[in-house]
Order: sequence, then structure tokens, then C-alpha cells
Amino acid sequence: MGPPTVTDPRYYHKVVDCQWACPAHTNVPQYLRLIGQGRYADSYLLNRESNVFPGILGRTCDRPCEPACRRGRVDEKPVAICRLKRVAADLRGDIADRLPKAPPAKNGKRVALVGAGPSSLTVANDLLPLGYDVTIYERHARPGGLMRFSIPSFRLPASVIDEECGYVIGMGAVMKYETPVTSMRTLLDEGYDAIFVGSGAPKGKDLDIPGRHDAATIHLGLDWLAGVHFGHIERIEPRVLIIGVGNTAMDCCRTSKRLGAKDVTVVARRSRAHFKASPWELEDAEEEGVQIVENHAPTRFVVEAGVLTGMEFERLEWSTDASGRQVSRVVGSVVIPCDAVILAIGQDNAVPWIESDLGIEFAARHMPIVDKVTHQSTRPGVFFGGDAAWGPANIIWAVAHGHQAAISIHLHCSGRPLTDRLPPGMTLTSTKLGMGAWEYSNDYNPSPRAKMQHEELVKRFSDVSVEVELGFTPEQAAREVERCLNCDIQTAFTDKLCIECDACVDICPTSCLTITPARNTEAELRQQLSAPALNTSQALFQSGPLPQTKRLMVKDEDVCLHCGLCADRCPTAAWDMQRFDLKLAYAGTEAR
Amino acid sequence: MTSINKPAVRHPSAKKNQIGLSRADYEGGMSTLCAGCGHDSVTAALIQSFWELDLPPHRAAKMSGIGCSSKTTAYFMRQSHGFNAVHGRMPSVTTGANAANRELTYIGISGDGDSLNIGFGQLAHAIRRNVNMLYVIENNGVYGLTKGQFSASADLGSTSRKGEVNEQTPIDPVLLALTLGATFVARSFSGDKAQLVPILKAALTHRGFALVDVISPCVSFNDHEGSAKSYAYVRSHEVETVQADFVPLRREIKVPEEHEEVTVVRLHDGSQVRLRSTTAGYNPRSRDSAYRHVQACIKKGEVATGILFIDDAGRDMHDMQRTVPEPLTRQPFELLCPGSAALERLMERYR
Ligand SMILES: Cc1cc2nc3c(=O)[nH]c(=O)nc-3n(C[C@H](O)[C@H](O)[C@H](O)COP(=O)(O)OP(=O)(O)OC[C@H]3O[C@@H](n4cnc5c(N)ncnc54)[C@H](O)[C@@H]3O)c2cc1C
Ligand SMILES: Cc1ncc(C[n+]2csc(CCOP(=O)(O)OP(=O)(O)O)c2C)c(N)n1
Ligand code: SF4
Ligand code: SF4
Ligand code: SF4
Ligand SMILES: [Mg+2]
Repeated sequence: MGPPTVTDPRYYHKVVDCQWACPAHTNVPQYLRLIGQGRYADSYLLNRESNVFPGILGRTCDRPCEPACRRGRVDEKPVAICRLKRVAADLRGDIADRLPKAPPAKNGKRVALVGAGPSSLTVANDLLPLGYDVTIYERHARPGGLMRFSIPSFRLPASVIDEECGYVIGMGAVMKYETPVTSMRTLLDEGYDAIFVGSGAPKGKDLDIPGRHDAATIHLGLDWLAGVHFGHIERIEPRVLIIGVGNTAMDCCRTSKRLGAKDVTVVARRSRAHFKASPWELEDAEEEGVQIVENHAPTRFVVEAGVLTGMEFERLEWSTDASGRQVSRVVGSVVIPCDAVILAIGQDNAVPWIESDLGIEFAARHMPIVDKVTHQSTRPGVFFGGDAAWGPANIIWAVAHGHQAAISIHLHCSGRPLTDRLPPGMTLTSTKLGMGAWEYSNDYNPSPRAKMQHEELVKRFSDVSVEVELGFTPEQAAREVERCLNCDIQTAFTDKLCIECDACVDICPTSCLTITPARNTEAELRQQLSAPALNTSQALFQSGPLPQTKRLMVKDEDVCLHCGLCADRCPTAAWDMQRFDLKLAYAGTEAR
Repeated sequence: MTSINKPAVRHPSAKKNQIGLSRADYEGGMSTLCAGCGHDSVTAALIQSFWELDLPPHRAAKMSGIGCSSKTTAYFMRQSHGFNAVHGRMPSVTTGANAANRELTYIGISGDGDSLNIGFGQLAHAIRRNVNMLYVIENNGVYGLTKGQFSASADLGSTSRKGEVNEQTPIDPVLLALTLGATFVARSFSGDKAQLVPILKAALTHRGFALVDVISPCVSFNDHEGSAKSYAYVRSHEVETVQADFVPLRREIKVPEEHEEVTVVRLHDGSQVRLRSTTAGYNPRSRDSAYRHVQACIKKGEVATGILFIDDAGRDMHDMQRTVPEPLTRQPFELLCPGSAALERLMERYR
């Protein structure tokens, strides 16, 4: 295998760390620049192309982009990408006439979607503009799925869900609310051209230990949150234990605080480093006075005369065994007193309504067998996506699945092989305006990461739906945007122009560049650079032999600031700063 | 021109030297030279050398004259002393400064025009005095700053950008320095830091006048075909005569391989310069051998590079003047200027 080549769009895509990490490959740097310019509507629409729900995701996304963000390798903290997205959504103004529309004439194909969660809505979003007749079956009375009835409204206001689901449904989806699908056979009999299952992973995992069914104040997290959402649950007892430390646990503990609990403790089997919840979720919970206890495994509920009084735990000590695995040792036991327990230890798929003789095969633990690329089940024409496909993930994955499934459905309905998918393409455009002048703001801004303002605690606890995060002000947003390193503005090199003057090598603040003889292996090369290239997850660019000495220009992408100084100081424009635009294929994108 | 300053961020592996400074601490203002100018590379090599030598910036003085090359003292070691002299007068100003304070490290940066044209006489006498300093000539064969007129180092028959032919014989600073008794004479190329950095380190540590002639192409006025100071020309005509390795006192000195012919020169502070001749019979400690070889190369159209001559036993200006070991700047005023009574007594001796 030769060195990676920049003619493959994946090379430059990988340089844009956030966009590479985003399951939907949102063009982060470009939308951030638009925010910086105050072009909120443009930014919102650019976001929407890939992630469909910018307002929702700007508040709730799991943000895989942020741990990947280059700024985090250069400075302490990544760019606050997610909350900047929210700024674009909050300030976008009226965009109704810029949204995609369904054509007046239908294409004659009928598609059924099960569930109105983010995955199904993405499928609808992509297929409606192509003239499909889309019918969505939803158990509940309103769209949004878990985004609506699990994610508490203090994190995600209902109005935001209404608006963004409305944009999709408004294109003419036929909504069958309060219509749970109870038989796949019946649905198939309706003669749809394709069916998409986006019914989520709706079953909270139970914990079958002594005492589980002996008291009324032991809840399954998922059901409990839904109960709160639907207004069936309005209070909780003063002392609450939450078992588990993922997304659901975090929402349960914070919701408890709003329903009258005084003393809320989250209990985890493992130590903090292994928690599933993100650091910022833990921070928010602790800010609200939630206690977190590590290394405790539940063994039984303590119930006296039908009343829960506590829960017993084994205290664990973790160590690493010879094979590098984490193993636990019991070092004692303890009873933590409480009045209520919420179990938040995971979710399972549940599609009991899919009959076993339909050619839709399942693997272990009731997981359907689904193709990773096409999302098709073992029965042609039946597709899965979102949590229903491979178990609980998150909203942005559900969206990414929806786009891919829509491509497959479109191919399926057009009688083309599902493998007929367009690979991503790219365009590269020089950003040079003149000497030392570039189209983007190339200077490095040393500001620290913007801090989100939160609603004061008293106000928060007064009502479940008081939104906690207040959002960035336009000024804060503009400053935070400047922290972005513009990783999509690529350093593009033309071998034959280089006179090997070293100017680029000398000026580069982060020692990314080296002119060096070719080496036998990349590993060897990585040691022979201006600074050792130790982060092997980041690519090395290698030019062809340079005209004068046949040495190579090598660039370690790891900590490039995209400052453009190399191109500024190059006398021959062998380096140029070019804007990379990844061209993703969606349903209906034809050959470029 | 570059519109932004170099961001303060550095590579995560960037280290500090023995005196706790990072390479960035040896940088200066942003260069205003043309993009691709060889002088900027020399600046980078100097920064690297200072950092590796743990040179305390406040104990150094950057001296220069006029020219693109002379401007470069602004682009490194922003925390040191400095003097930007009149065109060609840097050698005398440095001589004076060194006379007054012999403890500073003097870094003279000049151009071929500054040193071989207007300042020719100045340079000659600084060499003769063996002023303890590093003297870098960033040699591009032209007056870069005034848009490319031939300088005294332009080779016979080389052409200007517009095609005019140089008909005057050149002055070679290396031959000049060898003739005038310089104790450290080297030539290098801005495009070869692997060679330049050890030379600069040895030159900075050498006690006495250390001349380093660095061919440093002018991208704007002398990088065309027909120039003998272009990147392409130097690359195809350079012959490394002596390979130098600088071994600071701290680093363990390894015994040379059996077959290696290494000349080890011990500098006054105990560090060593290890020289490996690539030309059979070449002796970097013989002035005659150096002179003959460099001249022979010139005849063949070759550019001889490396530490071409070194004599670390030479006496510097202070030795010859028999000045006190303590810098004059630290002598009490009464001693430096003993007053009219003392003058009277002195005069009495000649009456
Ligand atoms: C408490 C909690 C907090 C979370 N927080 C976040 C977060 O902050 N960020 C994030 O990115 N993700 C979060 N998630 C995960 C995220 O909500 C899900 O991954 C995502 O909603 C999955 O989308 P989906 O389209 O697959 O299905 P879902 O959102 O689960 O939607 C499925 C829909 O299908 C309907 N349905 C199910 N079965 C049938 C049927 N038989 N007939 C008709 N309709 C049916 C359901 O009513 C539901 O509306 C959280 C999850 C939980 C439980
Ligand atoms: C006394 C005096 N005479 C003439 C000039 C005009 N002048 C400025 S720079 C220069 C030549 C510089 O050439 P060189 O030292 O080779 O430097 P370069 O710009 O090539 O690096 C001249 C003649 C001057 N500034 N002062
Ligand atoms: S843009 Fe060029 S100069 Fe700037 S950090 Fe990247 S490689 Fe270095
Ligand atoms: S600055 Fe330009 S010409 Fe000089 S080495 Fe770098 S790429 Fe080559
Ligand atoms: S004119 Fe020549 S010497 Fe002066 S900065 Fe430009 S390239 Fe360098
Ligand atoms: Mg010159």
C-alpha cells in the first residue's frame, strides 16, 4: 500500500476531524463560519442537509465531533460545536420557503415507516421531495419518538421538537398517530413498495434481584420518564437511588430533583473513567446536587412491610488481570437507605409484532439481521434503522441511518441494486484573495472555550420544562466560532512548483512539515520529521519526488492549525489553502 | 507580506532546553522579507542553534548593518541586545561593543553587499583583530533590498534577472578570511539546515572571529537561470568538503569508527567539533590546504561547503590588547577614567 492519496475524498475528509467523527458528516467548519458571519439561516439549512434536526441536536446531540475536534489536541478544550449549532437554530428566523418541498406529482411509489422517531423522519425527509407517498405509523399521538417522551423537556423543549418534526411532516407525510403496528404480516399485505422499521429500542432493562416486585416505588427508567412526560407521574419520594450511569440515569436523576426528591444518588458498578454518561452530563447532574457513588453492585432491595427502605450493594474493587481485562473483587457490602429506585441499566429492542415466518431473520437477543451498508433485512424491501437496527445509540446515528436507508429504499423502488450507491465526492476551491489574505479567518484565536450560561437552580426546580441551558449570545457565539481551526481549509500541495526553499517548514508554528528523503516505511518516516508524528490516527501527507532533490514534502496532519502561513510564505504557491467540500450522496443524488 | 503573526501554539512534543526555554522563546518578529527568501531559513537555523546551545538571550547581542540580510536580526531572539548599524559599519560597532563587554555572545548578521561592497574594509579589520564573534554573511550575490543590483560576490558571467552580464571579478569571503588570518572559516547553504546548524553552533562556541558564508538565495532578484546563487544552481554545484558534528561538553563523546577519518577539534569550553573530510587528504586545520582546495573548487565551478578551516588556539582581540579579563563595563568608573591628575602623571613620563 502506497501513501494515502489526496485525490481520494476520504483523505481530506479525515482531516476535518469533526466532520469525520459525525455519523451524518455534518460540514461543521462551514456552518460555524456562517454563524460567525451572522448568517444563521444559511448555517441552519447547511446543518439540516445532513442532520435534519439542528435545533434538537444543538441541545441534545451526543456530539462525537467534540472529542475528535483538533482544537482539543492543540488547546485544552474542543470547540463548543454542538451549542453553536443551537445558536444557528435559535436565531435562524423564518426559513419556511427555503425548505425542501414535495413535488406536486407523486412518483407512484408507496412507503411505510414504523415509528415517528428521528430515523423514520429522516427517511421521510429524504423521500418526500422525490415524490414518494410516505405513511408513518406511530404508537403515540405526537411525533419525535424518544426525543419527545424520554428526553426531559428541561433539556429539549417540546416546541423545538414540534417545529423540526413539522418541517418533515409538512412536506406531506401521511401520519397515522395512535396506530401501533401489531403485525408485520398485515403491514406487508398493504402492498407498500418498501417498509422501514424505525421503532426504536423501547424496552428498559430490568434487574431481577430479590425484592424487585415487592414494592411500588421501584421503576424502570424509560417507563418512568415517559410517565413524567405524559403527566402520569408528578411526584417522587424524598430519597431516590438511580441504578446505572448512562444517558437515561442522568435524565432520571435530574428529573427526580424536579419532582420533589431531596436526596438523589446515582450508583454505578464501575469507576468514573468507565461511565457511559458524558462528562458534561455528569457535570450538569452534580451542579444540581446529585450524588454519584462508584464501584457498587446492587444485590437486593430492602423492603419492609411492602415499603422500600433501602437497597443493598456489594462494594467492588477493580483491577486489571493478566489479559488486560477489568476484573472486580467484592470488598464488603452496604445498605443505602432510600424510598424509591429507578433502574436505568440499558434498553432492549422489542419487535414482538414481527412474525417469525416472514423471512425477516433475527440473530441472538432478538436483534434483526441487518446489512451494515444498505440497512436491508433478510427480506428484500424491509429496512431497519435507528435504535431498532443494532440497539440503542443516539439521535445523530438514527439520522445517519435514515439517510442510508432512504438511499436503499430509493434504489429498491427504482429496481436498481442496493449497491449502486454513489461514493462521496469533493470539490476544492482556493481561498486566496491576495498576498497574505485569505477568504477565511486564518488567525489563531487563543480564547478559552465559551461557558454555557445555566438557569438558576431555584427556577429550574420549579417546573420540569424550564430549559436549563440558556444558549450562547451572538457575541459569545462569534468568539467561539473563532476558536475553530477551519480544518476544511486544506493545505493543498503541488509538487512540481516547490523549489525546496524551506520557507513553509520554517514558518509552521506546529512543526507539521518536513522535506525529507523517502523512507522504507511510514513508521520510520514518522520518526524522521520536524516533530515526531506519534498520533498514528492522523494521516501523513507525502508528496511525489520534488523537482530539485527528489526528496519528499511530508505533512503530519495531527496538529495543523490551518493558519495558512505555509502558503503565505511559499514563493511559488506550491502550497495553497483550498476549501474542501465533501459531496455526500443522498437518496436521489445521481452521478456527478 | 504575511498578515498574521505566528500563532503561539506549538507542537505537543516541543521541549525546553537546559535553561528552560522553548524554541519559540528564541523567535522574533514576523519576517517582512519576500516569501521564500533564503535569509528566513538562516534565521530558522540560528534559532535552532541558539536553542540547542542553551544560549541565554539576555547575554547575546545581535549586530547588523543594512540590507534584507541585516533586517533579519529582528526575526530572532526578541529578548537580546542589538544594534542596527549604518550600512557596512557593523564590524566596527561590534568591535567596540566587544571591547567594552567581552562577556556577551556577538552575533553579526550581514549581507554580501554590506560586507563585501560598502563594508569591505570594516570586515577585513574585524577579521585581523580576531574579534570574538559569529559573523554570518547571508550571501545572495545581489543587493536584495535595493532590487537586485550585482554585489561584489556575483560570479563572473552570471546574469541579472533582466539578462545583464556581470563582468567584474567576485570577492570570495572564504578566500578573503583565509588570507586575512581568520581562525574559523566555513561555508554553507540556507537550504541545508542539517549542515548549517552544527556549523553555526561550532562558530558560536569558537573563541575568535568565526566567518560563516551562507549562500542564501534571493528568490525575487537572483533565483533565475543564469544566476550562480539560485536554489537550483547551488544544489547542483555544492560539494560538501568537510562534514561537521558539534558535540557539546555535556554529551558523551563516542569513539569514531575504525575506518572513519575524524579530526577532533576541542574548543575552549571543552566541547568538540568533529570533522570528517569527504575529500581525501583534506586537512581542515591547515590554512594552506583549505586555500588551495577552495580555489580549485572555484575553478571547477564547484561550491565547497563545510567547516573549511578551524584554529582554536588563535588569540582574540582581548588577548592581543592584553585587556583585563573582567569586562570593561564592570570596571569602576574611577579606574576607566582616572581623572586629570592621572593624565598629568602619564604625560609627565613623555616630557
Ligand atoms: C432517557 C434517554 C435520554 C436520551 N438522551 C439522548 C440525548 O441526549 N442525545 C441523543 O442523541 N440521544 C439520546 N437518547 C437516545 C435517542 O433518543 C435514541 O437513540 C433515538 O431517539 C432513536 O431514534 P429512533 O428513530 O431509532 O427511535 P425512537 O426515537 O425510539 O422512536 C421510535 C418511535 O417508534 C414508535 N413505535 C415503537 N414501536 C411501534 C410500533 N409497533 N408501531 C408504531 N410505532 C411504534 C415509538 O412510539 C417511537 O415514537 C436518549 C435516550 C433515552 C432513553
Ligand atoms: C550608506 C548607504 N549606501 C547605500 C544604501 C542603499 N542600500 C541599502 S541595502 C544595500 C545593499 C544591501 O545588499 P546586501 O548586504 O547584499 O543585502 P541583501 O539585501 O542582499 O540581503 C544598499 C546598497 C544605504 N542604505 N546606505
Ligand atoms: S496551515 Fe501550514 S503553517 Fe499552518 S499549521 Fe498547517 S502546515 Fe503549519
Ligand atoms: S515554501 Fe513553497 S517552495 Fe518553499 S519549500 Fe515550501 S512548498 Fe516548497
Ligand atoms: S529581495 Fe531577495 S534578499 Fe530581499 S527579502 Fe526578497 S528574496 Fe530576500
Ligand atoms: Mg545580498
